Amino acid sequence: MSAPAETRIIFKHIDEEGYSNDITCYQKHGGYEILKKAVTAKPEDLRDEVKKSGLRGRGGAGFSCGLKWSFVDRRSGKPIYLIVNADESEPGTFKDRYIIHQDPHQLIEGTMISCFANNVKQAYIYIRGEFPEGPRILETAIQEARDADFVGKNILGTDYSCDIFVHRGAGAYICGEETGLIESLEGKRANPRIKPPYFPAVLGLYQCPTIVNNVETLCHVKHILDMGADEYLKIGTPNNTGTRILCVSGHVKKPGYYEFACGSVTMGQLLNDVCGGPLEGRTFKAVIPGGSSAKILRFGEKFTIKNKDGSTKELAVEDIPMDFDTLAACGTMGGSGGVIVMDDSVNMVDALANINAFYAHESCGQCTPCREGSLWMKKISTRMVKGDARPEDGELIKNVADQIAGRTICAFGEACSWPTQSFVLKFGDEFKAYAETKKSKPTDSLELV
Amino acid sequence: MNLKPETLARIDEVITHYPEKRSGTLPLLHLIQEDVGHISNEVIEWIADKLELEPINVYEVVTFYPMFRREPIGKRHVKVCRTLSCALMGGYKTCAKFESEFNTHLGEVSPDGEVTIEFVECLASCGTGPVVMVDETLHENVDEAKAKAISDQIKAEAAQRG
Repeated sequence: MSAPAETRIIFKHIDEEGYSNDITCYQKHGGYEILKKAVTAKPEDLRDEVKKSGLRGRGGAGFSCGLKWSFVDRRSGKPIYLIVNADESEPGTFKDRYIIHQDPHQLIEGTMISCFANNVKQAYIYIRGEFPEGPRILETAIQEARDADFVGKNILGTDYSCDIFVHRGAGAYICGEETGLIESLEGKRANPRIKPPYFPAVLGLYQCPTIVNNVETLCHVKHILDMGADEYLKIGTPNNTGTRILCVSGHVKKPGYYEFACGSVTMGQLLNDVCGGPLEGRTFKAVIPGGSSAKILRFGEKFTIKNKDGSTKELAVEDIPMDFDTLAACGTMGGSGGVIVMDDSVNMVDALANINAFYAHESCGQCTPCREGSLWMKKISTRMVKGDARPEDGELIKNVADQIAGRTICAFGEACSWPTQSFVLKFGDEFKAYAETKKSKPTDSLELV
Repeated sequence: MNLKPETLARIDEVITHYPEKRSGTLPLLHLIQEDVGHISNEVIEWIADKLELEPINVYEVVTFYPMFRREPIGKRHVKVCRTLSCALMGGYKTCAKFESEFNTHLGEVSPDGEVTIEFVECLASCGTGPVVMVDETLHENVDEAKAKAISDQIKAEAAQRG
């Protein structure tokens, strides 16, 4: 079965000929009409609509957006903050960059609607430092929106006021973790906070109730209120509603970004039909489905999935629909939508060594299991590639990983140990045989670490 | 330390974005680094004074975030992405090409003071790897040939500057 057509909602105007990132163009395409409608509604009705839509966060965890909003402490008397998480830094993920650069007003409108719905006093867009142009584009766009009364004091003649400021990160992956991001915005090292008590919805930015949402998530809010939750629910599958932007990179003929109704496309359709299949003369070997911390899938492995009626079915990697729940049932995750493909030219020890170098570099260093563990995973896997590899190294490195997950303040512990655990579990043969493999490696093979 | 008047104006403006001055730490570090090139002890003390902090509060931020540098770099900054998707498309070769073109090693300033080459983690443009940022410009699909072309361009611009 060939792949279904893309459903472009968020990326509707990305790469569109003649579409520019200024407010005139945005309004010509119906921009800010939803915000105009939203400010005439009751905030709690808007929140109910988002909850009803089943929207799940697009940043990685896939947590219900409506539920997240419902946790916000609205009785504390303190101001409520909203932070747009534009720190896109999970390897393999490259969707928010296009929204920010090509369609910034879509993000601003989604943000302002979400701010109004939650009676937010001040919003910040936390954008990763490596997007130098992004803040300039966003600041220009926010100023245009201020001039048109969509942002700032008494928006659209109402008594509601809320401004947006852009805040640049400076190259630290951990700022994508929401409490680390909050610390960073407060001007500190981005060491994530311990929960409880520091749930952002209660004790977030400046110890005030705070909402942190991903760029894509906030864009979805605009479209949910445009079409209504009932219509939005029809896109995707139950519990996996709306569209999903899938970013494909690595060894396929046509890497890039594609937007599909959640779960409408399978991994096989995505890689073979949409992305043109493997490179000439190669075959697919493995794929990471949701950013580099998601557990790897090996082509050829089979998963037994429970149907709703209790019966079971067997799925190959190619058969997995790209939704949150099925990927979770297959032992991995949809994460941030970053699909990284590896073909038969890749040795999995080399690939893991590359990933481990990333996580060792990015651990904030706060918790011992993560700080030391991520470093040792890097050291061992790099030694395998650059020095001696021993048959027991796979088990050794997995043993280190097993002692990190669940023992750290934030989910980085899981993020850095899942790759090692899954690579060793699924490609144990390559780890055992690496010493021999090395001797026969072609001299022109790609270095990965 | 002589900051440009526009830098000073932007510093005063950006501090107003936050209810607590300390939040100005990262924005000030960015603004000053863009102006003077790197973060010296003098800069750290200046920011601490400006934001009513202790110098250690600023210092610990500088040493945490990879983008802030304590030493001057070359006139041009070449950042090659090292992370998986780019590496799968030959990022290490791209990096080696830049090193040989400018006769320098990662993290060092080239002998002519022109270029600093750095291997950085994911630049969030994985679908067009290997990617390279030269100062603030992103270059996509940079294989060895394209790395050579970019290097030639940098050299030509340096020659023009004299």
